[in-house]
Amino acid sequence: MATHAQAAAHDDHDHKPHGWRRWVFSTNHKDIGTMYLVFACTMFFVGGTMALVIRAELFQPGLQFVDPQFFNSMTAMHALVMIFGAIMPAWVGLANWMIPMQIGAPDMALPRLNNLSFWILPFAFTLLLGTLFVPGGAPAGGWTMYPPLALQGGDSFPMMIFAIHLMGASSILGAINVVVTIMNMRAPGMNLLKMPLFVWTWLITAYLLVAVMPVLAGAVTMLLTDHFFGTSFFAASGGGDPVMFQHIFWFFGHPEVYIMILPAFGVVSEIIPTFSRKPLFGYESMVYATAAIGFLSFIVWAHHMFTVGMPLAGQLFFMLATMLISVPTGVKIFNWCATMTRGSLSFEPPMLFALAFLFLFTIGGFSGLMLAIVPADFQYQDSYFVVAHFHYVLVPGSLFAIIGAVYYWLPKWVGRMYDQTLAKWHFWLSAIFVNVLFFPQHFLGLAGMPRRIPDYATQFADWNMVSSIGAFGFGFSQLLLPYIVIKCVKAGSKAADRPWDGAHGLEWELPSPAPFHSWETPPSAAIIARGAEH
Amino acid sequence: MTRTMQKSAAALIGCAFALLAAPAHAASGWALLNMPEGVTELSKKIYDLHMMIFWWCVAIGIFVFGWMIWAIVAFRKSKGAVANTAMVHSTKAEIIWTLIPVGILVAMSVPSARVLIDIEDARNTELTVRVTAYQWKWQYQYLGTDVGYYSTLAHESNTARQLQSGIDPQTVPNYLLDVDHPLVVPAGTKVRLLITAQDVIHAWWVPDFGMKKDAIPGLINEMWIKVDTDKTGRYRGQCAELCGRDHGFMPIVVDVLSKGDFEAWLATQQATVKQAAAPATAAPSIS
Repeated sequence: MATHAQAAAHDDHDHKPHGWRRWVFSTNHKDIGTMYLVFACTMFFVGGTMALVIRAELFQPGLQFVDPQFFNSMTAMHALVMIFGAIMPAWVGLANWMIPMQIGAPDMALPRLNNLSFWILPFAFTLLLGTLFVPGGAPAGGWTMYPPLALQGGDSFPMMIFAIHLMGASSILGAINVVVTIMNMRAPGMNLLKMPLFVWTWLITAYLLVAVMPVLAGAVTMLLTDHFFGTSFFAASGGGDPVMFQHIFWFFGHPEVYIMILPAFGVVSEIIPTFSRKPLFGYESMVYATAAIGFLSFIVWAHHMFTVGMPLAGQLFFMLATMLISVPTGVKIFNWCATMTRGSLSFEPPMLFALAFLFLFTIGGFSGLMLAIVPADFQYQDSYFVVAHFHYVLVPGSLFAIIGAVYYWLPKWVGRMYDQTLAKWHFWLSAIFVNVLFFPQHFLGLAGMPRRIPDYATQFADWNMVSSIGAFGFGFSQLLLPYIVIKCVKAGSKAADRPWDGAHGLEWELPSPAPFHSWETPPSAAIIARGAEH
Repeated sequence: MTRTMQKSAAALIGCAFALLAAPAHAASGWALLNMPEGVTELSKKIYDLHMMIFWWCVAIGIFVFGWMIWAIVAFRKSKGAVANTAMVHSTKAEIIWTLIPVGILVAMSVPSARVLIDIEDARNTELTVRVTAYQWKWQYQYLGTDVGYYSTLAHESNTARQLQSGIDPQTVPNYLLDVDHPLVVPAGTKVRLLITAQDVIHAWWVPDFGMKKDAIPGLINEMWIKVDTDKTGRYRGQCAELCGRDHGFMPIVVDVLSKGDFEAWLATQQATVKQAAAPATAAPSIS
């Protein structure tokens, strides 16, 4: 407790900068984490608005509101904004806030780099969203940017590519910072296998980021030179190969999927033990399963492109490797179930979101397994079944975990408790509408509706209408999140240092709100031991 | 049967109950819940595979969701449950729940590999049609003949699909799934499609034939269909790979005729082409 008091005492005469300088020149992991989260939330609503444009147009057959080209822009931009603007920055924000606090470090290892990696993002997204206003409109070739279609883009094309370069640079810098912090800044006694699962999953995520973001940068640079400098990497007429782009893109793209979901596994592995009042079951197997998923993510990319015409051996390999992923993922699900078994469960908002994650991510896992089966994939590929699948893993998967994480750690961040009743409303509205939104899309895909179409045959009308109703319900329910957070920051009741009685981990050993610098003196062995009761 | 299966899937997450329970009026979209069984040798195998994996998922789902629900119901703090904090690890359990899934995967992968091998066996085809995709239409050429033509969205659909056309799509027959010149193939014949594109990537997909294949500029993909002899009729599909502004408006329609009818159709087409070519020398063979 002495350390604890020292840290707090020091904080009293800590001079943090005020006004805009505090944010623009920030090198503080908490302030940068906050900026990341606010940015992610903003982009979430921007991307969500685009999704509502899509669902409004698809409410009924016939074209009512937008031109097909603009519709295509919306699908491409919705994906780019949600992936690179909402989900990924939200995870980096949570990493910034939590990793130093959870490993007993005062801050991130590379604070100026941290500032840079955040401040790149507003520029990147100004560039990307600026494409909405240039001649030819925003990118409309899908977030996957497959050539030759992507090369038909107008002025938006180079802007999109530079925006992606910037986002990639930001992600790489953020990832390097996470790796260096975790490898070098752990408090004495905090060995790797004592780290909380959120730190572990982020460590593996950071390695994935460092490995694949440069691959994406290479792919889009080749697109750029194909467009402007006469190269033919992806043009068959010049000796290139359009399919090669897809291989390179998905070599990035599949690990990218895990970049968005692994930290979610980490968060759920924190929340479920807390509200089960019981340590995480099979901690080590959780770590190994995460590492196995990380490894497998590098050898399954071609399952995104079974219909391009691959040799039989290639199809079999990618099918089997993909199916294999369900083994470590299954281990995780079973471990979470075993954690709850013989626990003492309560259902505060973070736990509700974690449980919804457990149920609905599993549904996304099932459809993923179905998609791995190559012959069946010949039907599913590029249909709404795929749309349903990846939204099940990304929305009630990644997004619910992010929301759960916010509701879990918010009292620690601001020192105040939020309105839990309202947060439960947020949960129930989200959980119900997300299913109304995405479940019917399974039916649509199986019945033969292709994805990325602005208008459809009349037999698809009923389920599309249901899906659109779900979309509006889900979208508007999310406005509760910023409302609850702002209300908490302004007028929440004082939160205890350990607001959840079952919570373990070093972050709960700090006062609430957490001091500006987390652990100026490393926590003692006793505190680490208490925190490490996973 | 199909409805029951899908009902259980929906029940798993407890959504859309009311909607599923609603009476499925004929020809209504509510009834569209599952993949069509299709009309080719391969499509039925693919459908069976799909259903096999689906039932595996249902079985695993009953177990996993059952476990979750049991844990949530049985170990509530509000009902006085006390946590057993010593229960943190069991090597035996972990080996079991690693090995059983591996076994299930093997059970899934063997039939999948078999069907895949059948799909890839494109030997002994009797008729070859070259399918070329353009923004935004299809071209069909019967190799070894002079017959070839373009296939574009039918006029009526095309008028109705314009932005704020004011035409109710429900009044247009086969809205967005109708073309001017459908592809014509014989039933009971192994037909090879050589699929390529001239501009960007497209994909040729007729759900009733069980599969789709990308049409890629510079590459020629192969796919074969053999429609059951008793399944003559008209089948519809769409381009399945985003190909630009009118990606949603390049449908595929296939007329499956009996062998005899097909031969007659082909002969008529041949004659028409010859007739058209006769006066003007070196007229293009594409009508």
